[in-house]
This record gives sequence, C-alpha cells and structure tokens, in this order.
Amino acid sequence: MNQPVIDLSPKVSDEVRKTTCYMCACRCGINVHMKEGKVAYIEGNRDHPVNKGVLCAKGSAGIMQHNAPSRLKSPLKRVGPRGSGEFEEISWDEAYQIAADWLEPIRKDNPEKLAFFTGRDQSQSFTSLWAQAFGTPNYAAHGGFCSVNMAAAGIYTMGGAFWEFGQPDWDHTKLFMLFGVAEDHDSNPIKMGIGKIKGRGARVIGVNPIRTGYNAVADDWVGITPGTDGLFILSMIHCLMKAGKIDLHYLAQYTDAPVLVNGDEKSPEFGLYLRDENGKQLVVDRVTGKLTAYDTPGVKPDLSATHRAKGVTHKPVFHKMAEMYLSDEYAPEAVAERCGIPAKRIRAIAAELARVAFDEAFELDHAWTDFRGEKHTKMTGRPVSFHSMRGISAHANGFQTCRALHTLQIILGTVEVPGGFRFKPPYPKPATAHPKPHVGMTPGAPLNGPHLGFVHGPDDLALKDDGTPARIDKAFTWENPMSSHGLMHMVISNAHAGDPYKIDTLFMYMANMSWNSSMNTGGVMEMLTDKDENGDYVIPHIIYSDAYSSEMVAYSDLILPDTTYLERHDCISLLDRPICEADAAADAIRWPVVEPDRNVKGFQSALCDLGAKLGLPGFVNDDGSQKYADYADYITNHERRPGIGPLAGWRMGEKGLQSGRGGVNASQIDNYIENGGFFVEHIPDGANYYKPWNMGYQKWAVDMGLFDSPQPYLFSLYVEPMRKFQLAAEGHGDRQPPEHLRQRIKDTMSPLPIWYDTDQEGNEGYTINALTQRPMAMYHSWGSQNAWLRQLHGRNPLYLPTKLMRQNDLTDGDWAQVSSPHGEITVPVMEMAALNENTVWTWNAIGKRKGAWALDRDAPEATKGFLLNHLIHELLPPKADGMRWANSDPITGQAAWFDLKVKIKKAVAPKESRPEYPPIKSPVGQGPDTLAWKVGK
Amino acid sequence: MHPAPSVIFFSVFSGLGFGLLAWLGLGIPAVTGFSAFAFFTIAYLLAVGGLISSTFHLGHPERALKAFTQWRSSWLSREAWCAVAALVLMGIYGLGLVFFDSRWTLVGLLGALFSLGTVFTTSMIYAQLKTVPRWHMPLTPLNFLSLSLAGGALLAGQVQSAVVLILIAACLQIATWLIGDKRLAQSGTTMASATQLGDVGTVRAFEPPHTGTNYLLREFVHVIGRKHASKLRIIALILMGILPIVLLLLPFNHIIAVIAVLAHVAGVLTARWLFFAQAEHVVGLYYGKR
Amino acid sequence: MTTLPQSTDKKLGLVIDLDTCVGCHACVISCKGWNTENYGAPLSDQDPYGADPSGTFLNRVHSYEVQPEQGAAQLIHFPKSCLHCEDAPCVTVCPTGASYKRVEDGIVLVNESDCIGCGLCAWACPYGAREMDQEEKVMKKCTLCVDRIYNENLPKVDRVPSCVRTCPAGARHFGDLGDPDSDVSQLVLERGGVDLMPEQGTKPVNKYLPPRPKDALPEFDVLAPFLEPVIAEPKGFLGWLDKALEKI
Repeated sequence: MNQPVIDLSPKVSDEVRKTTCYMCACRCGINVHMKEGKVAYIEGNRDHPVNKGVLCAKGSAGIMQHNAPSRLKSPLKRVGPRGSGEFEEISWDEAYQIAADWLEPIRKDNPEKLAFFTGRDQSQSFTSLWAQAFGTPNYAAHGGFCSVNMAAAGIYTMGGAFWEFGQPDWDHTKLFMLFGVAEDHDSNPIKMGIGKIKGRGARVIGVNPIRTGYNAVADDWVGITPGTDGLFILSMIHCLMKAGKIDLHYLAQYTDAPVLVNGDEKSPEFGLYLRDENGKQLVVDRVTGKLTAYDTPGVKPDLSATHRAKGVTHKPVFHKMAEMYLSDEYAPEAVAERCGIPAKRIRAIAAELARVAFDEAFELDHAWTDFRGEKHTKMTGRPVSFHSMRGISAHANGFQTCRALHTLQIILGTVEVPGGFRFKPPYPKPATAHPKPHVGMTPGAPLNGPHLGFVHGPDDLALKDDGTPARIDKAFTWENPMSSHGLMHMVISNAHAGDPYKIDTLFMYMANMSWNSSMNTGGVMEMLTDKDENGDYVIPHIIYSDAYSSEMVAYSDLILPDTTYLERHDCISLLDRPICEADAAADAIRWPVVEPDRNVKGFQSALCDLGAKLGLPGFVNDDGSQKYADYADYITNHERRPGIGPLAGWRMGEKGLQSGRGGVNASQIDNYIENGGFFVEHIPDGANYYKPWNMGYQKWAVDMGLFDSPQPYLFSLYVEPMRKFQLAAEGHGDRQPPEHLRQRIKDTMSPLPIWYDTDQEGNEGYTINALTQRPMAMYHSWGSQNAWLRQLHGRNPLYLPTKLMRQNDLTDGDWAQVSSPHGEITVPVMEMAALNENTVWTWNAIGKRKGAWALDRDAPEATKGFLLNHLIHELLPPKADGMRWANSDPITGQAAWFDLKVKIKKAVAPKESRPEYPPIKSPVGQGPDTLAWKVGK
Repeated sequence: MHPAPSVIFFSVFSGLGFGLLAWLGLGIPAVTGFSAFAFFTIAYLLAVGGLISSTFHLGHPERALKAFTQWRSSWLSREAWCAVAALVLMGIYGLGLVFFDSRWTLVGLLGALFSLGTVFTTSMIYAQLKTVPRWHMPLTPLNFLSLSLAGGALLAGQVQSAVVLILIAACLQIATWLIGDKRLAQSGTTMASATQLGDVGTVRAFEPPHTGTNYLLREFVHVIGRKHASKLRIIALILMGILPIVLLLLPFNHIIAVIAVLAHVAGVLTARWLFFAQAEHVVGLYYGKR
Repeated sequence: MTTLPQSTDKKLGLVIDLDTCVGCHACVISCKGWNTENYGAPLSDQDPYGADPSGTFLNRVHSYEVQPEQGAAQLIHFPKSCLHCEDAPCVTVCPTGASYKRVEDGIVLVNESDCIGCGLCAWACPYGAREMDQEEKVMKKCTLCVDRIYNENLPKVDRVPSCVRTCPAGARHFGDLGDPDSDVSQLVLERGGVDLMPEQGTKPVNKYLPPRPKDALPEFDVLAPFLEPVIAEPKGFLGWLDKALEKI
C-alpha cells in the first residue's frame, strides 16, 4: 500500500487578528486568520467570555459578508426620484456639506426637525450622545420595535431583563423553561448552555407555538397559542400560590411583597407604597410588629401583617397578590382552552417547577452580607431557571406578560440565586437608577439630558406645555407612557402625517425601514416618496448610513457608506450593551483587521466629522477644531464621567493600568488588541449571586464604576409607577390623560401583572395567528447577500399546521392567499406538524426587493421569498369613532408584531410571490457568476 | 438517477458496437475484405463513439489513463481494460479479415469474449451499487448483455438470431422493470433506516438542508418525467422488441432492416433513459424523495 | 489503492448527538470556510448571487419531523457528512485510486490530482457524503479535517475538525471509535449510538446518538403531591401564610 503523502501540518495563516463578530447581536469573539493581508478564515475565539471558541453559521460566514458584492463603495447623492435607486458617487466633503446644509438651519431654529434613529446600532451610547449634542429630542435605536417590553418589564420589576442582560445559572440549573426566544441575541451562549445542561440530564421545557431550534431539542414542548403566555404563567402562579410552593423567605427579604400599600380609596396616594419621611418603603417588622423602613438592619419584613391607621387598613403587596392570583379565573381549567394547553399539563408543569425549586434546593458555601447587614454563611440555590425574548414581548400584552414571568420566577425564589436566573453587569440596576427621558430642547444647544429612560409617573412624560407629544415617535406619552426605547416603527408614519409635527430631515443608520424593518412596508414606501402640493417630498430630506445596498438605500437622498465589521473600530461598552457574564464584567472592541478598499468610513467616524463640522459641543475643542479624529479617538479619549469611559479595561490609574475607573490611556485599544479584543473582570466568589442585595457585589460594582454608590433595592412585584398612571386616569393630579385613553390606562396599567386579550376590534373573521421567526443562520436582512448563508435559506414557505393544510386542501408546494384586515400576500406553503394548530409562520426577512443586496432580479428571495410585514399595519383597524390606535403595547409602545391574525385560502400559483414591487436600480451592480474564494495558494 | 445523455448514449451505442464486435469475433457473418471493413467500421464507430461519449461525463478526461490502475477492485477500471483489450484484439482480427483475408479464429474468439466482457463490466458498474437497489441485481448484466447481443445480431444481419435474441432481451427487459420496481422496498433501506428515527415515530423530511438544489439532488434525485414511465415502457418495448421482430419477420428488405435497427436503437435508448430516470438512489431518502 | 485496508490503526470519526443538535448550521458553514481555504480545491459556489445558487458543501444539516404514535410531532435536526465507513463502497469503486482509506486512522480521502471526476464514488455512497465540485470538477468530501487534527501549527486543543470546534451546542464529538475506552466510544455505549443504514453493510465509523424520549414529563397524577393546596379560600391562605411564616 502506498498512500499519497499529504501535508498534515499546513500553515494555517500568516497571522491571527482577534476582533468581535457583528454577524448578529451576539457579539462573539472571533479569530480572523489572515493570509497575504487578506481574510482567509474566521473561527471563534476560545478565550472570549461570550462564545468560548464556538461560532455559529453567521459568524463563520463572515468572510462572505466582508467580501459581499453588495458593499457600498462611496458616498452617494440621489439623482433619480426617491425609490428608483439612481445615485451618483460623490466625495465625503460634498456629502458632509450636503448634510450640514440641511442640519445647520434645523439646529439653529428648531432641533426637533431632525429625527435621528438608528437600527442595528451597537454604538447607542455614542449615537445618542451625538443626538443629544445636536439638541433634537428625536433619537432612539430600534428597541421600540424589538424588545422594549422585555427590557422595561425586567428593569421595572427586578432591575434587569432577559435578552442578553442575564443568563440561567448553566452550571447548576436542573430545570430550564424557555419562552419564545429570538435567535440573534445571546444565541451562542444559549446553545452552549442548552447543550451543557442537557448533557447532564437537566430538563428543558420549551414554550413556543413552533417547535424548531431550541424547542426542537426541548424535552417538553408546550405549543401554546400565541399571545396567551401571560395567562399560562399566571395560572402556574395560581397553582404555586395555592399550594404554598413559594419562597416566603425570599419574598419577605428581597422583594416588595411585604411593602404596605396605601388602602385609602379617597387618597391621591391610594395604591401607592407607604413610605417614611425619607421616601423608603415601609414594611411591618415581624419581630416588633411596627412599621419600619424596608432596609432597616435586623428588620424581618412581614408578608402577612396589615397596618391600620385612621380607619384604613393598609395591606402588603403580598395580600393583593393573594387576592388576585388565588382567584379561580386563573385556575388551569379556566385558562386551558384559551392557551391551548390542557389543564393537567399546566398543573404538571407547575408541579415540576415546585418539585425542582424546593425538593432539589441546594446550598453553596459562599459567605455573604446582605444590604441590611445580615451575614449569611451559605447561599440557597433553587435550580429552576427561565429565559425569554421576543416571543412573549412582541404582543400588545407583552409588557404584562414579561412581568408575569418575572413574578413567577420571583415567587419561586429563583432570581439571582444559584441555579436560577442571573443578571450580567451592569445589571442589577433598578429603574430608579436609570435616567428619566429628556426632551428639554434649546435651539443651537444640546438637549437637557439623555433622550431615553424610565418614567416613574405622569410628571416624567415627554409632553410639551400644550400636552402634545414632544417626540416625533410619541414616546413617553399617554398612548404608551413607559416607552423606554422610543418607537422607531412610528417615526416615518408620524413624520409623514405631520403628527405631532412635521420634520425636515430623517437621519437613519442600519435600519431597513423601506422593507423588512417596517410594518406596512408598502405604505412606508409611499410615505417616503409622497410629495406635497408643491411637489416637494413630505419628508424633505433623508440621510442614511449603511454598509450594504439594502432596500432603504434607494429611498434616501444622501448615503454615508459604512464599513464592514472587519474594517472598523467599535466598542461594545459597559455604557451601552456590553458582553458581560453573570460572573464578570466584560467589554470588547472591534478594530480594522483589514483596511477598507473602498471610499467608505465607519459611520461613527463620519459622525465625529459631521459633529465637528456642525460645531456640536463635545465634538469640537475649545478652539472650534475637530475633537475626535475618528471613532477610535473617541473610544480612547471620551470620558462620560471623570474616570469612566467607553472601555473599562486598561484605564490609567495613579499606579499604572487598572480596571473599571481610571483616566484615559492612549494605548488602550492596543491593550485590547493584545488581549484578544476584549476585557474581563471577574466578580469575586461570594459577590456573584444575590447581587441586588449583596454588599460584596455592590462594593465591587462601585469600584468598577458601574455606579457611584451602592444601589441595593427590592424587586418590584408591584410596579408603583404604573399605579401612578392609573391614579391620573382616575382623575388625580394635574397631568391628565386624554379622555379616550382614560379607560385603557385604568385597564392595562395594573401594578400587578395581569393578562388581557390584545385588541381584536376589526379582526373579525381573521382567526389564525401568524408569526415570524429568525433562522439561526440569518440575521435580519443581512444573510441574503451572503453567498453561503443564502444557500441555506434562499426562500421561505409559509408553514401551516396539518389541520389548516387539510382544511384548505393544500399540499406542500401549493400557494395560498394570506390576508389580514390590512393587506394580502400570495405565497408558497408547506406543512408542519410540530406547530400550534391555529398558527402559521415563516422565516423572517428572507424576502427581498428586486435589485437590492446586489442579487440578481430573479433571485429566489425576490421571486418566492416574502415578508409578512405587508400584512401588519402600524395602526390597528379603525374603532367605531374612526380612531386608529397604534399596533403597539399600550404601556411601552412595543410594536406588536406577533398579534397578527390572518385568514388563508388556496390560490392559483402565481409566477412570483405577491405583492410584487418593481425592481430598484442597484447602486453597486451585481455579484459574480461563480465563487471559489481561496486566499492562500 | 439523473439520466445523463452522455452515459445513455455511451452505454447504448457501445453496447451495440461491442455486441456487433462479439458477433464478428465469432465469425458471424463470415465477412472479409470490403464488407468486413464496413461491418468493422460500424462496430468501431459505435463502440468507440460510445466510449468517447462517456468521457463527456468525466470532470477530468485528461486523467482518464489513471482509470486503468484499479482493476483489482473497480468495475470501471475493469471496463476500461476490457474495452481496450476488445478493441485491440478485434482490431488485429479485423486487420486480418480486411487486408489479409485471414481469419485468426483465436484472436476473434478472445476479441468477442472481451467485447462481451466490456458490456458485462459496464453493466456491473451499475449492478454493483447497493445504493441503487433497482440496479443491484443479476438482471442488470443480463439486461445489458441480452440487449447487446440482440442489437449486435441485428446489426450483423442475423435475422433469425436477432428475432430470438430480441425476444429474449425484451422478456429480460420486462423482468428487469417488474422486479426492479420492487427492489427498493426489498432492500430494507427506508427513511427509518436512513435516519434511525423510526423508533420515535413516522419520519417525514421537513426543511431540506439548503433551500436550493445541490449536486446530490441533481445527480441522484430525478423525479421529472417519471410519471410518464409506464407509457415510456410500452413505447420502449414496442420500439426495441415488437416492431423489429415484426419487421424482421417480413420479407427481407434493406429499408425495412434499417427501420428495424433504428426502431430497436430508439427503443433501447428509451429503456436506458428509464434505467436511469427510474432508478432510486437511497440518498434520496434523506431528502424525503425517491 | 482502492482496495480497502484490512484494518486501520485507529477509527477516527464523529459522534453526533441528535438530542442536542439545534439545527443552527454552524458546522455546515465552518466546514465550508475551513475546507474552502484548506485541503485541495476550494468549495465553489455557482450562481452565488443569482436565481439558483448551488455550492459544494461537505456537511449538510437535514431536518425531519417525526410523528410518534401518541403526542406531539417532533422536529429532529440531522447533520450529515462522510461517515468514514470501514467498508467504504466509495473507495472500492474508484477506477483511479484517487479515493482511499487511510491505514493510520481510517479517514477516507480523495487524492484530487488522481480524480477523473467520474462521480462513481458518489453513486456508491448511500449517505450523499460526496459532492462533485462544479468548478474544479473533482470529488470533494469530508476530510475529517485531516489538515487540522494533526496540525502542529495549531494549539493542541484546536486539533479537532472545524465542525466540532465550532458547534455551539456541543452536539458533535470527535475521537477514536476503534478504542473502546475513548470518550466517544463510551458516549456511544452510554447513549446507544447507532449506524445509519446498517443494511447497506458499509460499517460507518461515525455514530449517531438518538434523541432522548420527549414530552415525557410525568403525568400530573404523579406530580400532584407537589401542588397539594394548602387552603381552599383566599382567606384561608392568609392563615396558612401566618403559620408558614412562623416556621422560617
């Protein structure tokens, strides 16, 4: 036998450059293997806290994103009509001049005429700073149409949320219950975690109408009816409370369950916490029987005792919970049909939660001291953990549903304990420690504070003196008072309608608003191209920055071309959305592992230039010269507060480099590069659980600069700010809601989690739930320009459950007309048995507009792919009085993507999926006919 | 399986060519000189033409010589050897007949043997494949050999032999179809055995790995046209068998003979198209397809 | 060379856990990336931005819906690549010797410079593990990253196939299945690992771990004691609460 001799140790690369992935929002560490100065191969970074070496399909396909023919090549000025895609290339100087000519007069006269909204932006602490310096109140990122219910519900309830802001204790959990999860945040950590716990035989319960991905590997699948998760959860709370399977110690010590609530129906403070003169919540001390501030050393808060004064009985929050949740309306039998889950199954799951939480409780030998000064020698662990994302939050009842889920995990005592759900720094951080929204505008000057934040009552709403909305998206108004992330999905329609006012320039970044990132896609295209009686565009100017030839490019007047993620600086900052672990604070950078070969610039660097050209405070030096040469300069030299900058690692201390706080270090980015592109600081043992109440953690967090003084707090099962809005609706206070919203505020703003059916008026006859999911291998619209990824998902059928296939006489490959009160689409269908029997779904953002993304016009994405967006309107159908309410959560304004209801009928197969739109002209040409991408020889 | 024209033409025409060579090698018809030259030319055009056609199927025909190395294990390699041996031997034999008016009987017999050997090895390339149960049976070489001999007889003008052999070949063809239809089911290879998920329940292919097509689907999963299979079988049978036999039983006439040959060839081409198009590769099971 | 070795020193292969594979395609793309840049010709793509994109992949993830006799349908993600069979039919059919099975470790490889692109090996493979590259016109297949697993330019921990290194869920395991004491052999033993299409007689080295039983949460009757109501009425609940609080 003479086998061929092969080289078993070929050289892998000339050099490995370590940076951060940007193929989705997971932000894994990557090793970029370089050959002859080119990107040859990308793998996960084993040292990185997020992915520990693994990498998903998107990450590994980064090389094809970096080389995509859809990359924009130069600044562009529109020369054809909006929507045509006709552009001419211009210089950066000309681009900045055009932008400045539009923006300077706005800033001087009325800064609100600029609406600056960013999409898949990972630099929100920077872009918001720019918007603040400009002085417009109209800034937000895309959280409003994505995740605000989850974020706000978590922060208002327990000072931290799911999404990537926390994680199950993968090392200890024995039962993991997962509600609808988006596949683009924390995706590798969740996969790793599920693999890990399944490997040791822990049980995974998946609650999702669709059994794919994580739900496919779940040991138990609960194919719930969309939008009823809250009811299911409250029913389990009912069962657990009724059986006394709740952690009374935890509730008494760490939550507001024992806090007394004003019971005086006549008082303007009816339903608010009783507080002492220092504003501290009051509890009855079980030892003394007296009213005592919740944090008094030695206090034993009583969950049961009431307080009677002046003829009024004030009850603790826990009484209110008992009154509410022990009611039979939450009995499994009462909710089973609505949720699509048999009552016995609800009970079985609740019982299993109880069994694992209490029968399998364990202790870790970590000594710690709580915020009342009590010393503990051990930490009690309850190995039940939960996680959730967009599945439960993108409904108009999503805020309360997310709150219900947090209530469930809190009554089980499983938050921030071993085996449970754990926060990642900078969380825990209660709503009260976050800023409030600011809209104080002065022409020619910065805004009076950060745009976004957390309201604590009607006084914090963003209203003008005449009571009209201060923000173009109507965030923080009576329509959606607690809209902490703004409402990006309402910006274009409000600007087009001139309601609450007209704007002059719409400035967007990485937001594909004329396609998959909008509800009512066709309508948005019309709004963007609509002209007034003078023949001018209703939205006069649109500036857009993107790295790629997305659908939105064609609808813009001025394009600032961004770089690919391998050509840019970025900071994944503790000031923003860092990459921390439950056991560590961590942040990271991107750096140009290759220089761009086109006339493009990182958007943030362009903002540094434009900010200087406009003379924005913070972007110019005292002499008026440009302050930050580029984004890297900002990352290194900006200080948000003295000693606190965008990056927490390798800051300059008195005795040398240090972590967390410290002065500017000119070589900080090099330090990051040497360390593999990231920084990690571990939380000491004993400080890493029970963080909201653990003085060891609080001290560490202050040392790290996460906050400036310890911030221990109680979890808010009862969200007092919501009660304040209810009080206003009941007629208390100066700031009063408009009449038509009064009843809705009373009904929805319950300070204890409730469930309500989403608004079905106008939905008569439309009874089938329609959902989208994100494929694990695609992120938003980006995957389709990627030669490798688009082969995985080049088109998307509508998946129908077996029952609906039979009812409509459909077989795989047939086409169906799908309609909602708002529109109709005609699309290919495919059967799926592992699906809620009244739900249809498809993959998100696979459908593409002809001419976009450098794809051929007959690409399957454009001919067979489709969007459900055409069926979803940003407004609900008209009410009896003709009013149309936003298709959003009435509390936070979160876009209610998943409330969509449709009907279906078989259709004759059209040539292409419908609606069809004419092609747009590609500003970048088309991709090559073959690819054999080998960099090395 | 994908009915690639190159492979269909190759196997049909080289089958005919080597079939004719086999007859010639046996000295039937006992031709010499110019008429031998004519017969040999036809045989070589078919055999070599078929072989050349088969190289269109190769990604790297320039490396074709390497295919002679693995005769110990590979039927394709053996086919290459047989074909060369047959062509060389029959070439020598033909030289004798055409130019020297000599019949070197042993060379002719050996040439005939290798000619049939070539057809046999060709058929074994397919018959050896467990992955295509329809082919994986002794009927496959019998089918190929019988068609080769019948076609050869037809070309060799051996009317009586041709009638008998065509009848046999047609019967074997019918048997090949009927028995072949059951082979996949008999093979025991199913979606359950492919996925080993049968213990859980009934297995159904859901999303394919890629939404687009791929080499495997193009090469192994040919569904288009199968619905016409039974019609095509009848057409093939009429063309390859019934029509030639009827024509041959008529008083001999060159035009009728040519029509009989053309009908037979068209029939065999149709049957060979079906041989591929109807063959189910087990890999299709992974895609929920046959 | 196309005769198979009598035996191999090792039987290197993969163990794929169908219980944890979430179907993310990470292995598919990581494989594409590594093997485009490394062993042999790049894995090309035809019409990559057009109407009918189609490329060479050495590893693809199928998905199957399985309907048990009772209960909800299940979805199983199913990665599939070369199984490096002991009786590899793809090797013996090769006319040129380009396909071979390595004596040292049992890896089945294609020596591309000897490949005439006849496709017969792909025909012989029941698993669809071989794909003809349409650009280079040679047969491509999983090399088990033979240029990684012994590569002295890589840290030891990285000397595993790229699909294994990248798999986020840890559903892919690499090792010597010829050694009964190896981790992978033990895993196969514990979890009842199986061969695909055993009736084909290929004796695959790669094994598949079947999904664990699903939807097997005990009936409520078994779990009922955990939800035994402490009270009947809300008022009674407060009484219970008081007593319960006494105990903590």
